[in-house]
Amino acid sequence: MLDHILSVLIFFPALAGVFGFMIQKESIRTYGISVAVIEFVLSLWLWFAFDSNVSGMQFMEQIALVPSFGISYILGVDGVSLFIIILAAFFTMIGIASLTDTPNEKNMIITLLFLQMTMVGVFAALDAIVFYVFWELSLVPMLYIIGAWGGPLRVYASVKFFLYTFTGSLVMLVGMLFMAYFFYQATGVWSFAILDWYRLILPESFQLWLFAAFFIGFAIKVPMFPFHTWLPYAHGQAPTIGSVILAAILLKMGTYAFIRFSLPMFPDASVFFMYPIAILAIIMIIYTAMVAYAQKDIKQVVAYSSVSHMGVIILGTFALNVEGISGSIFLMIAHGVVSGALFLLVGVIYDRRHTKMMDQFGGLAHVMPRYATIFGIMMMASVGMPLTINFVGEFLSLLGFYQQSHTLTLLAGVAIIVGAIYMLAAYKKIFFGNVTVEENKNLPDVNKRELVALLPLAIITIWLGVYPKPVLEPINNSVESIVQLMHNKATSEEAKLRIPNLLEGVEITRTPMKEAH
Amino acid sequence: MLTPVNVSLESLNLITLAPMLIPIIGALFILVIDIFKSNLDKTLYVVLSLLFLIMDFGALVDASGIFVADGTIMGVFDVMLIDGLAILSQFIIVGASLLFIPLALTHNRFHEFSYPEFFALFLFMISGFQFMVATDNLILVFVGLETSSLALYTLIAMHNRDKSFEAAIKYFTMGALAAGFYSFGAMVFYALTGSVEINQIATVLAANGYADIGYVLVGVTFMLASFGFKLSIVPFHTWAPDVYEGSSAAMAGYMSIVPKIAAFVVAMRLFEFLIHSGVVWLEIILYIFVVVTMTAANIWALVQSDVKRMLAYSSISHAGFVMAAILIGTTQSNSALFLYWVLFSFTNLGSFSMLWMSRQKHLPAHQISDHSYDKFAGMIKTAPVAAVIMALFMLSLAGLPPFALFWGKLYMISSAVTSGYTVLALVMALNSAIAGYYYIKLVVYMFMKEPVIGNDGHVYVTNATLALKSIIGFAAIGTIFAFLAINPLLEFITAFVYNSGY
Repeated sequence: MLDHILSVLIFFPALAGVFGFMIQKESIRTYGISVAVIEFVLSLWLWFAFDSNVSGMQFMEQIALVPSFGISYILGVDGVSLFIIILAAFFTMIGIASLTDTPNEKNMIITLLFLQMTMVGVFAALDAIVFYVFWELSLVPMLYIIGAWGGPLRVYASVKFFLYTFTGSLVMLVGMLFMAYFFYQATGVWSFAILDWYRLILPESFQLWLFAAFFIGFAIKVPMFPFHTWLPYAHGQAPTIGSVILAAILLKMGTYAFIRFSLPMFPDASVFFMYPIAILAIIMIIYTAMVAYAQKDIKQVVAYSSVSHMGVIILGTFALNVEGISGSIFLMIAHGVVSGALFLLVGVIYDRRHTKMMDQFGGLAHVMPRYATIFGIMMMASVGMPLTINFVGEFLSLLGFYQQSHTLTLLAGVAIIVGAIYMLAAYKKIFFGNVTVEENKNLPDVNKRELVALLPLAIITIWLGVYPKPVLEPINNSVESIVQLMHNKATSEEAKLRIPNLLEGVEITRTPMKEAH
Repeated sequence: MLTPVNVSLESLNLITLAPMLIPIIGALFILVIDIFKSNLDKTLYVVLSLLFLIMDFGALVDASGIFVADGTIMGVFDVMLIDGLAILSQFIIVGASLLFIPLALTHNRFHEFSYPEFFALFLFMISGFQFMVATDNLILVFVGLETSSLALYTLIAMHNRDKSFEAAIKYFTMGALAAGFYSFGAMVFYALTGSVEINQIATVLAANGYADIGYVLVGVTFMLASFGFKLSIVPFHTWAPDVYEGSSAAMAGYMSIVPKIAAFVVAMRLFEFLIHSGVVWLEIILYIFVVVTMTAANIWALVQSDVKRMLAYSSISHAGFVMAAILIGTTQSNSALFLYWVLFSFTNLGSFSMLWMSRQKHLPAHQISDHSYDKFAGMIKTAPVAAVIMALFMLSLAGLPPFALFWGKLYMISSAVTSGYTVLALVMALNSAIAGYYYIKLVVYMFMKEPVIGNDGHVYVTNATLALKSIIGFAAIGTIFAFLAINPLLEFITAFVYNSGY
């Protein structure tokens, strides 16, 4: 079974979802939780069986799908994707477990199980078309979740979400087809396998165009400024579970794809676009942080802060060195945990008061001390306090980018301070002071069901903040091989200089040999 | 004194006629039955037509076996031409007809199916289409075109509603105009080259180095206009939405597939050599046609309030998308055309059948048209299975992977990429994104709106019979599991297209 564990991880939830139609309405919740727990245990088994000293792909599976056009069903994980898969399984599990009373609960749980299939599929796919299939397919369950269980503007928000992403990914598809064609021209065979594409060295002018095509698809998904406008609507209208999955996993697809596709395939273009993208990322960090400060709706604050931190992830990715990229991958996980938890926390208060306006609250620390504590921990993590999970990621990302540009890193660092301001201000408005609204005086504190979801997240937040090594080490190994690949593939002088060579020692001994010839 | 013409029967190669003769015999047979005993039930005619179509299909399998062994076959004084294109397109024509004819077995009684003439005309029409694609003789193309079109006009009118008469007359008028253009174009080519066979025309034109390019362009213009009408290429599309609206949903679905593939094959035969011989003007005009048809039809589809009209505009847009294959003109693009059309016929027939299944005899007061969007509001609550299947067809039409049409789009865009039409590839991709909106609109209505009061879900299956359900189930399974069939299909199509020299 271990040989096919990735296929099992992908299709088990989907199969369970199909069978879910047979389950009686009252039992569907237990069924959903059971399936998600099995899936999570399987993903932990994947981690256990994963050899963290190997930098390449593991648990590879390959079946030819359309051999005459080079499309195969190829799966595999490395340190980059392993933890995001586990995170996806984890969030689906706690998402279903903490699901509060929803109408049509059965449809919701089946949809979530299908969504899980697409999420794991995206991160495990090593063939561009298979990747694309899951990438696009993930839109449909999310469209339904936002559109059927969302707020008053839900239809507008869900269609906007769908169309934005759909448009971007079609442009990306054209890019993929070009990439496959270039591969065909170079080798005479069609192939959409990503590992095959890694071996292809393209001239810089081609790289720039392809990078741009892929960038549009990924940037809309992340979402990067100025493509971010769909996200506040989606978050604002989505039900809690929708926001949690969207922020924790779906957005990571974009940043993950940058590391999986853009960097190793187009190293020269990555260097060429490093500054423009870094500047976009910094605008994204500062601008959305400022917008977050102006929000009156607590969920919008969390949504914008989530966009803001995605900027740091992008910045770390485009540091193009081991520290930056590892940091950004770690931050993806951290961001998933923290923003997922924050959305859950907002959901807790929304279930009680059916409002998300901050001026409706105040002094909740007196009424709901446990809630205030957990919210406090998560807020500190979101701000990036040392010894929390976010700090490790943010620090490494910025450290990485510091090697490329001091001023830009400084700007980004300042932006993180702005982040502290709006989060602390929001926290103050909600939790401190006197209880001003009568209804808030008797709010029940977090109940068991909510604790089941929130406590593990709080524990992870602190555990990985204090001791990130078990996660960071496999990531580091895989990233080293990616960076080395980028260095070897880079053709321009600038790129060779910007992307560090990790085998420097070897290089030095090799050079005199060349001269001797 | 006339010398007797000696023709040996073998040289006629009558086997080339077999696939076309089978439906003709079937049609005559049905008419003969009607003479002896009238007032028979429609089920008899449906099953008889089905049997003749299956025989037709068998003859095609036979012909394809001969093609694989011996290559292109000519027959009947070299008028018939059985090459890969002819066989592939006949497979699509007969296959789609096989899927269409059981749709006559509805729960409600509809006027047209009680006449045996309907089925006779239907079979005549199929043989007309088959003649059209299995020749490169412009006169026989014309004969096939007119046989099938005249039959089709009557079939539409037999739906017996005011709108269907309007549709039939409109289609007839436009069709007559197109036929006029066609004969004029053919005349110009005959005047230039002294031949009505496309390969002869190509040879003669190439031999004199396109000396009379002005006249060639006149001929091409007439031909383009004629095929523009048949393929509903913007600006010759104006008849399409009204005709689709006037005819029954099943017939509209059929019209969006079968007549078009026949016209595509003729267009491919005729325009291919012109584009390849560097008639730049034609390339530019086709480029404009393709882009405008795709985009404009998409934008019109956005604002429709009736699902059937939306699907009509969307099928115009799909035709424009596929027209790109003729513009690109490589083996890959021509294979992509057939792949796309096979997958499209599954999905589109499926979605039109869903509309057909929900066809009411009398409209309730709150409903403006037969298939307004409102009718489908909240369908997930009242008829969940039907809603999921309908959504499946919509997502497939939108090109969402891994459903059927995605693979067609993928291969088509790839053929544009491979031939250096970068901008065209981008336009095709972006048009798919625009199209996403109106397909999703129906999904939104079905899944996210509340049902209209008094709608208990019965309306969606008012016409359902086992036959209809099986056809829809068949189309749905084909749509979902298309990815398993892509490779054999692609290899088969590519081999046939390549071996016919396209």
